[in-house]
Amino acid sequence: MKFAVLVFPGSNCDIDMYHAIKDELGEEVEYVWHDATDLSEFDGILVPGGFSYGDYLRCGAMANQSNVMAEVKKAAEAGKPVLGVCNGFQILTEAGLLPGALLRNKNLKFMCRTVQLKVENNDTLFTNQYEAGQIINIPIAHGEGNYFCDDETLAKLKANNQIVFTYSGDNPNGSLEDIAGIVNERGNVLGMMPHPERAVDALLGSDDGLKVFKSIVKMWRESHVS
Amino acid sequence: MTKVKIYVTLRESVLDPQGSAVQGSLAKMGYNEVEDVRIGKYLEVVIGDTDRDLDVLVKEMCEKLLANTVIEDYRYEVEEAN
Amino acid sequence: MSASLEPTQEQIKDQKLYAGMGMSDEEFAMVEKILGRLPNWTETGLFSVMWSEHCSYKNSKPVLRKFPTKGPQVLQGPGEGAGIVDIGDEQAVVFKMESHNHPSAIEPYQGAATGVGGIIRDVFSMGARPIAMLNSLRFGELQSERGKYLFEEVVAGIAGYGNCIGIPTVGGEIQFDPCYEGNPLVNAMCVGLIDHKDIQKGIAAGTGNTVMYVGAKTGRDGIHGATFASEELSEASEEKRPAVQVGDPFMEKLLLEACLEVVKSDALVGIQDMGAAGLTSSSAEMASKAGSGVEMNLDLVPQRETGMTAYEMMLSESQERMLLVVKKGREDEIKAIFDKYGLDAVAIGHVTDDKMLRLVHKGEVVAEVPADALAEDAPVYHKPSKEPAYFAEFQAIENSEPQVADYKETLKALLQAPTIASKEWVYDQYDYQVRTNTVVAPGSDAAVLRVRGTNKGLAMTTDCNSRYIYLDPETGGKIAVAEAARNIVASGGRPLAITDCLNFGNPEKPEIFWQIEKSADGIAAACNALNSPVIGGNVSLYNERSGEAVYPTPTIGMVGLIDDLTQVTTQQVKQAGDVVYLVGETFTEFGGSELQKLVHGKIFGKAPRIDLDLEAQRQEAILTAIREGLLQSAHDVSEGGVAVALAEKTFGSDGLGVNVTLEGSAVTALFSESQSRFVVTVKEENTAAFEKIIPDAKKIGFVTDDANLSINDESGNLVTGSVEEFRSAWKGAIPCLVKSEA
Repeated sequence: MKFAVLVFPGSNCDIDMYHAIKDELGEEVEYVWHDATDLSEFDGILVPGGFSYGDYLRCGAMANQSNVMAEVKKAAEAGKPVLGVCNGFQILTEAGLLPGALLRNKNLKFMCRTVQLKVENNDTLFTNQYEAGQIINIPIAHGEGNYFCDDETLAKLKANNQIVFTYSGDNPNGSLEDIAGIVNERGNVLGMMPHPERAVDALLGSDDGLKVFKSIVKMWRESHVS
Repeated sequence: MTKVKIYVTLRESVLDPQGSAVQGSLAKMGYNEVEDVRIGKYLEVVIGDTDRDLDVLVKEMCEKLLANTVIEDYRYEVEEAN
Repeated sequence: MSASLEPTQEQIKDQKLYAGMGMSDEEFAMVEKILGRLPNWTETGLFSVMWSEHCSYKNSKPVLRKFPTKGPQVLQGPGEGAGIVDIGDEQAVVFKMESHNHPSAIEPYQGAATGVGGIIRDVFSMGARPIAMLNSLRFGELQSERGKYLFEEVVAGIAGYGNCIGIPTVGGEIQFDPCYEGNPLVNAMCVGLIDHKDIQKGIAAGTGNTVMYVGAKTGRDGIHGATFASEELSEASEEKRPAVQVGDPFMEKLLLEACLEVVKSDALVGIQDMGAAGLTSSSAEMASKAGSGVEMNLDLVPQRETGMTAYEMMLSESQERMLLVVKKGREDEIKAIFDKYGLDAVAIGHVTDDKMLRLVHKGEVVAEVPADALAEDAPVYHKPSKEPAYFAEFQAIENSEPQVADYKETLKALLQAPTIASKEWVYDQYDYQVRTNTVVAPGSDAAVLRVRGTNKGLAMTTDCNSRYIYLDPETGGKIAVAEAARNIVASGGRPLAITDCLNFGNPEKPEIFWQIEKSADGIAAACNALNSPVIGGNVSLYNERSGEAVYPTPTIGMVGLIDDLTQVTTQQVKQAGDVVYLVGETFTEFGGSELQKLVHGKIFGKAPRIDLDLEAQRQEAILTAIREGLLQSAHDVSEGGVAVALAEKTFGSDGLGVNVTLEGSAVTALFSESQSRFVVTVKEENTAAFEKIIPDAKKIGFVTDDANLSINDESGNLVTGSVEEFRSAWKGAIPCLVKSEA
């Protein structure tokens, strides 16, 4: 399976995503600069965290104007897995690929810590390696991760089981319904504020995030039996 | 040239923790009459000669980039500049 | 001011206008002699800023010469953007620490942010990839609104810049004392990694080669920042606000990536950050180091504002800019790289062979001065030094124990002292994990990062207990280095080298200069004893507010090498049943201690003594024990003594506690700050092997599974309580201080 790690000016978790795939998963992966106009050779698209365009104006707003985003939309429409983490999640909401928006943390401060997540839906392309209701340790590092959407959208998210991860115990940022990660209706686009790519090696504290990537690869292999 | 003053504000239903914090500080300073504070962004966009309709142009910019209409409203004023 | 309104050469001299730029009459006379004529306004500006203490170290050079700067591991000592130390496998670690005290006192968010930005540029200008940031901070005691504001904003500024650029902020230390109330210290350290083949220098070599300006445009911000940093703060300082710049971490991220691509190109000859004194220092220093000259056409400098004069452009300290020297004819290759990132890269001049810095503006030569005169030939002053009266008084005071009524409440109070209390409120705001190499996150003795692709790690720390240095600068200087090394060793690393930030008061006061000299003697002695040369750093003098100096605070940044990541050791106890040992002797030493401060509200007496041979020996023994896999945990004993060290060892250990019995007088056993001590835990089956390596280690108790901290002496129990009780006091102290009303 071949992954693209998108790189916008100001992305800074691109390297973490890249090494998670290459070193821990052993799959193919390439960096793709934001002005790329073709993603057809890739089987999965990873939109990494960081501060694209300095997070100036609004997190993710300017990255959404990049050439490559039209290609990301195509990939999503084609059913390819698209994973946006942190700033990547913000970009995907700005792009309209995921509903809602991320507001400033309720305490107005950037926060970096490892939190507990509950796997709310393990029947997705991204979570099939987890147990339902499993509690996992994944780091967060963001200043604007407070998920917001209107009541109608929330009802839809719930009805379609689109809420994939919630914060278990403490809600660090004030997110609506403790939401930490959601998928689109079709289930092939996941956005999450916590960083699974930072939790792929027990040496650094946790490898609970590896299964997000393993899930993607497993599903891809099953649908691409040669 | 035309100067457009654009105000982007959080929609009413959206919580504004920054505004609440400022309100709290004002209250601490004794300004108890302050009932609410909402923080927004102010942009000055200078537009050169164009054939396009200014209102259409500005609305497009606001909706495509300057505001996120999921959470923000915008309004603007047009001012002739030199 | 437009050029035509600038004062004439005669006016500058007759009206002593140079004095307003911080230049003395003697210095102006020297300039006149060097040039053989009177300098014009721009030239006067060039000399004044390059001869400021901040750029020239004119007052501190004689002191800096005391430091050992060489060693087989040192690839680059002081003098370049940052020092470089070999770590094997054709790789090296690059690091430096720098102060941004004055700007932070005036505008704490931007002052701290631009301090971070500046030190990062120093590291990547060497060709290195920055991998970690640390910060050594000093504030007042969080009792005033202003004090809290400074603290919160400095932390926010560090977070804002570091998080955005994507370099993890992994450690450092913060101390609080009333002496820093009006003049906080903000020292930022950056650590980078480099392949030997990529090492760059800031040289303008090769006559005819092209001088290129890259990065952000030049504005009027920060003019005379270096001069500002070389004066005491006063009420009027608030009005010198233009000296504070605004940082743009996004711009710097682009500049960083572009520069790291450029260093791979053989078209690059030299590269240097435009830091303090901006375009002036970078061009003059690059020319001077190469023995060449530089001519620049200022009309070509990318400008953010209109109508800038030569003086303003040369003295601007706009951030996120670099000066490059590129092989003639290959400018386009370099430009293409910067284009990719949307950055300006403009040829603004060329290298000459006449050793002059020559500036052309609007078709006229507006300055023509010898580059060496600016960079190398700044005057050096040997300031008078005088032992302050307080020193003899303190030395005459016999060591004694402060009165303590309740040991447990005292321990809790110490854990709540902001200097000892948990800094989680701070580092929670720093992204300490980005780039996924952080093996030991903030909160242990030293931070540890893996070197990706190898099994090696780098341990890093900053340290300086300025109270000891105030009481006895020489001893305190030794302790600062020794403690940094203890932190590295306790984490499993061997110290490689140090960088330092020498923060002192006004050196024109002989008592202050004495502090500088004596602490440098102490630092130098410890560097020699612990085999850790000084590879760079900076000097920040005039840290005074309304005539009151801060405590002498030469902060030490140290990096150590861990050969094998399995040897990484942290301070937390690991397993019930493990044996707790105290390594090192305890004396009644409370001068400058947290307990003295707590009980008396002030510090006095002698600093704790330190024997550097013993220190070196003990550190070697601890490292041997770690390398042989015998230590489960290790923690040095510092502020608050053994009681605090034991408490800290239990925090963050899931459900464990300790039960120990100490010898000697209770107050001394619990709270003395005697040096060269560690508390370690060892598995029962390894105790014999451990005692062979450290025969005089004292077995004081066991790790328990009851989540209680229990400290006894021969006569009974001294302290008992749940770990949670102590932990919540320790953890809650700073958030509580920040929130409380002044």
